[in-house]
Amino acid sequence: MKVTLRVWRQKDGNSEGNFEEYQTEGLNPNMSFLEMLDVVNEDLTLKGEDPIAFAHDCREGICGTCSCMIDGKPHGPENGITTCQTYMRSFKDGDLITVEPFRASGFPVQKDLITDRSAFDTIMQSGGFITARAGSCEDANALPIGKEVADLAMDAAACIGCGACVAACKNSSAMLFVSAKAGQLNLLPQGQPEKDKRVLNMVATMDEAGFGNCTNQYECSAACPKLISEEFISKLNRDYVSASVKKLFKAKSL
Amino acid sequence: MILDSKIPSGPLEKKWNNHIMDGKLVNPANKRKYEVIVVGTGLAGASAAATLAELGYSVNAFTFHDSPRRAHSIAAQGGINAAKNYQNDGDSVYRLFYDTVKGGDFRSRESNVYRLAEVSANIIDQCVALGVPFAREYGGLLANRSFGGAQVSRTFYARGQTGQQLLLGAYSGLSRQIGLGTVRMNANHEMLELVTIDGHARGIITRNVTTGAIERHSAHAVVLATGGYGNVFYLSTNAMNCNVTAAWRAHRKGAAFANPCYTQIHPTCIPVSGDYQSKLTLMSESLRNDGRIWAPKKKGDRRPADQIPEDERDYYLERKYPSFGNLAPRDISSRAAKEACDEGRGVGETGLGVYLDFKDAIDRLGENAIRERYGNLFDIYHEITGESAYKQPMRIYPAVHYTMGGLWVDYNLMSSIPGCFVIGEANFSDHGANRLGASALMQGLADGYFVLPYTIPHYLADIPRDPAPPTDHPEFAKAEEEVVNRTKALLDNNGKQTVRSFHKRLGKIIWDKCGMSRSKSGLEEGIRLISELRQEFEEDVRVPGAADTLNQSLELAGRVADFFELGELMCRDALAREESCGGHFREEHQYPDGEAMRNDEDYGHVSAWEWKGKNQEPELHKEKLEYEAVKMVTRSYK
Amino acid sequence: MNIIHVLFRSSIGKKVTMAVSGFILFGFVVGHLSGNLQIFAHPDKINAYAHFLESLGPALWVIRLFLLVTLVVHVWLAAQLTIENKRARQKNYEKQVTLRATMASRYMRVSGVIVFVFIIYHLLHFTVRVTHGAEAYPTTILADGTPVRDVHSMMVLGFQNPVIAIFYLLSVGLLSWHLAHGLVSMFQSLGLRTRTWSRFLERVTIVVCVLYFLGNALIVVAAMSGKVRIQNPSVLGFACRTDCEVCGARTADATAETLDGSKESQS
Repeated sequence: MKVTLRVWRQKDGNSEGNFEEYQTEGLNPNMSFLEMLDVVNEDLTLKGEDPIAFAHDCREGICGTCSCMIDGKPHGPENGITTCQTYMRSFKDGDLITVEPFRASGFPVQKDLITDRSAFDTIMQSGGFITARAGSCEDANALPIGKEVADLAMDAAACIGCGACVAACKNSSAMLFVSAKAGQLNLLPQGQPEKDKRVLNMVATMDEAGFGNCTNQYECSAACPKLISEEFISKLNRDYVSASVKKLFKAKSL
Repeated sequence: MILDSKIPSGPLEKKWNNHIMDGKLVNPANKRKYEVIVVGTGLAGASAAATLAELGYSVNAFTFHDSPRRAHSIAAQGGINAAKNYQNDGDSVYRLFYDTVKGGDFRSRESNVYRLAEVSANIIDQCVALGVPFAREYGGLLANRSFGGAQVSRTFYARGQTGQQLLLGAYSGLSRQIGLGTVRMNANHEMLELVTIDGHARGIITRNVTTGAIERHSAHAVVLATGGYGNVFYLSTNAMNCNVTAAWRAHRKGAAFANPCYTQIHPTCIPVSGDYQSKLTLMSESLRNDGRIWAPKKKGDRRPADQIPEDERDYYLERKYPSFGNLAPRDISSRAAKEACDEGRGVGETGLGVYLDFKDAIDRLGENAIRERYGNLFDIYHEITGESAYKQPMRIYPAVHYTMGGLWVDYNLMSSIPGCFVIGEANFSDHGANRLGASALMQGLADGYFVLPYTIPHYLADIPRDPAPPTDHPEFAKAEEEVVNRTKALLDNNGKQTVRSFHKRLGKIIWDKCGMSRSKSGLEEGIRLISELRQEFEEDVRVPGAADTLNQSLELAGRVADFFELGELMCRDALAREESCGGHFREEHQYPDGEAMRNDEDYGHVSAWEWKGKNQEPELHKEKLEYEAVKMVTRSYK
Repeated sequence: MNIIHVLFRSSIGKKVTMAVSGFILFGFVVGHLSGNLQIFAHPDKINAYAHFLESLGPALWVIRLFLLVTLVVHVWLAAQLTIENKRARQKNYEKQVTLRATMASRYMRVSGVIVFVFIIYHLLHFTVRVTHGAEAYPTTILADGTPVRDVHSMMVLGFQNPVIAIFYLLSVGLLSWHLAHGLVSMFQSLGLRTRTWSRFLERVTIVVCVLYFLGNALIVVAAMSGKVRIQNPSVLGFACRTDCEVCGARTADATAETLDGSKESQS
């Protein structure tokens, strides 16, 4: 099969970018989308042109590095998978495929299809953890956690930090990411002591990072390669309201 | 080079405790005066960086990824072993230790493995405290599953994403320290050289992969947690960017490289489907809990799986290893699959595949139970192959997955360069010639959370409490110059072939000559072919772009250049080891039934190779493996 | 951190404020509709109700002010959020598909702006009473002799103009549509939407919105089509054909006098 690619090329963060078209031929439908880009890049290299820079690593949908907007949808046409798990069989022979980087002020473009998603790390550093010093922990089974809660926490924990939620949201909101990260820890009994602080800090850091606001359209959830539910956003809102009220009234236990 | 393993004296079960008690300490106020560089932020690196920072050391962490959370530990699926005995099925520290030593075909260091088993239980406690959502039973207690090479259920898991959850746990701890300012995180920094001053590791040279800037970083100690080198095979289950460069640079600066030929070929991967393929995908070993592996009895049987009647199927693992059956260790299962395919009984278009069949399990437990256990793995399989494993058996074939070999370290996890510590998959110590499933995660976290924090003071307390050396020291300038020159040479070469095409050819040679089955003549040929190809690479590689910008081709070129040297060493190591053990199978050394024939007398040692310079033969040093508590016996899973 | 920061600066706070103000305004429009539905009863019913509201005096102004502030906050924050959201993606995609966002949610700004314009017109029309001549704002006398504004006739007169009626229909339609997203959304923003009842909530919302629209449309259509008629003789220009006690008690002159007086004193 063959397809025509319309790819965003941008030299670096300070340059203006533009679309370039590339013709590909002799593709195998069982190739992954990124393997198709590999082929294009081999050709470009041999032709003396600069290959297309794209972020990728594990190529099995778990590291969250790959991040292409393919034909207007983060990670491509299928649901619940990442760019690296998108296969050419999802496209038709002769298709024109538009490939763009994730676009958001919080994710500045570094080169071509690569963006800087370090804002997610900054958010995590402000509260996305449970303070547990190595060596100081009680026996793992001393704290039973019901299967439902553990499963729910796992649903949230499945987040791979790829940023598709931000990319899909028309407001570039990072709420699904933050809610998944905070939600996992807030659900678990171990996460309770730092719950309020976590929520307030993570939301404040998210706001500072230049992401937009949530409009409750749930495009994030639909674009999420792990299909994380927007329900975690609801939970984050609830936890935020509760934490704010407590903070406002300086509620303290005796 | 003298290899002093520094194994503490005393009975096996007392060694670690004695060592902690005998060890020197750094007083809390002085800890922050020590700068420690941690390279790599996978399970080992992230947990080490977070724990050292928590203790008070001043930590400078590096990863070439855009975020510490992207390290390839994240892709581990199945689980993590720990001797908790929560199942009341007879597990113990000793049993985990023994299984691991036996699984490693008696080629690992006994004392290290025992320590690993000892701290394994703490890892689970630590991870649960960090909020890792391990699978649980309805009563709220932790669930377990079994893994290959063990007859107890001691594997803790989080769906099919255990590595992800453990890494995110370690990453969250690391994030906390970064937020507190105790760890300086340098993402997008690739280590390209180790700096040694007076024989001690004192810093690294990095390249900022986003801007191309070359930087110098100094410290009192350097910890390498840079993972394995499986990508030398080009096609492996490793992530695309996994590489040997950091470890190899340390090797060239004096760190011995131990057992490079011990590579793990994982039995259950999705078979190669075409020439364009860039990587292979693992199907977790946990699938073998419920899946049955078989190949047709008849050669060239091309019928679809469901048309092959039961009596024409060869459940070869169950047949050959009745007591472990489908849960035979990885090296054994892989070799058995290869045998079946070599006999012409392979399935799928290429004939390089066997079936992993869930029909019996689905009939017994129902499709929902299977979906609950392995749903995401079945989904991955479906995405890649377009086939449903609920309806037809999976096709699997072995693929390179893990490297047991790595930089040689002593009991303190310090390499043969003082001040250079190596943890996780990057070192060689705990898995011998074959790693059992669910023990890589265990080792990475054990090293980072519970071993290195105790052993690093042994070194730091002994060196003068001066500030870390200034980065204008001549050794830094020299190291930086080497990096710049190497980069320049690659970019200026302007040949006609791409880096990737060389990588692919190199991988093919190593897979053919130093893969699942090795022979003297093959390995000798391999060494010749690699050396020829390396020459061709140096003359004809084309690396586009510039040094001072984001340049993925340049990154890959540097890594592949180091893979050439490593590949050669792997073949040399395999050639020198005239026995079969674990993942290292020499065709010359097998029993009539095809089982591996070990030679403890002559090869009961660690082969540690010393770099002698480019185009020079490396020097082999041997660390004899002393087994005090267990007897080296022929490994049997029958 | 203070309450201003929480409610007007933080992203979630702003959404909570949007939700709470939206909920208040929703409560108001529902109350407003139920008041208006009295048009289907005897004219005295709705006229007396309107008179009661007007007679609240300072309390009425407190309520009006509260609603006004709520509306301003709702609109102000919507504008602020819009600006922030535009800023969060400086460069748009060349191509972007919609995955599951509802039409209502995607056109909240459009529906919101039109409804806002409508509210202004509606206030000028019926509250400030300046869009039409004096003949559009008649008065009447209740059965107990109290002279009151004839809201009943005012409404029917208003909706007899097809342009206005259509504008009203369109606006309440858009408002219902706005609510179709807004109602579910406010539960989400407050963290009250959970998987156990989100499906139910969405269905109830649709029912509420449809009912709300039908309720309003019924009034407009009834007035347009003559199902609800003006019964005030002074507006009709003639008394009822059959003598009855109610009409007999009404003399247009007396009412006009009293009301004009009260109007002056008010202003």
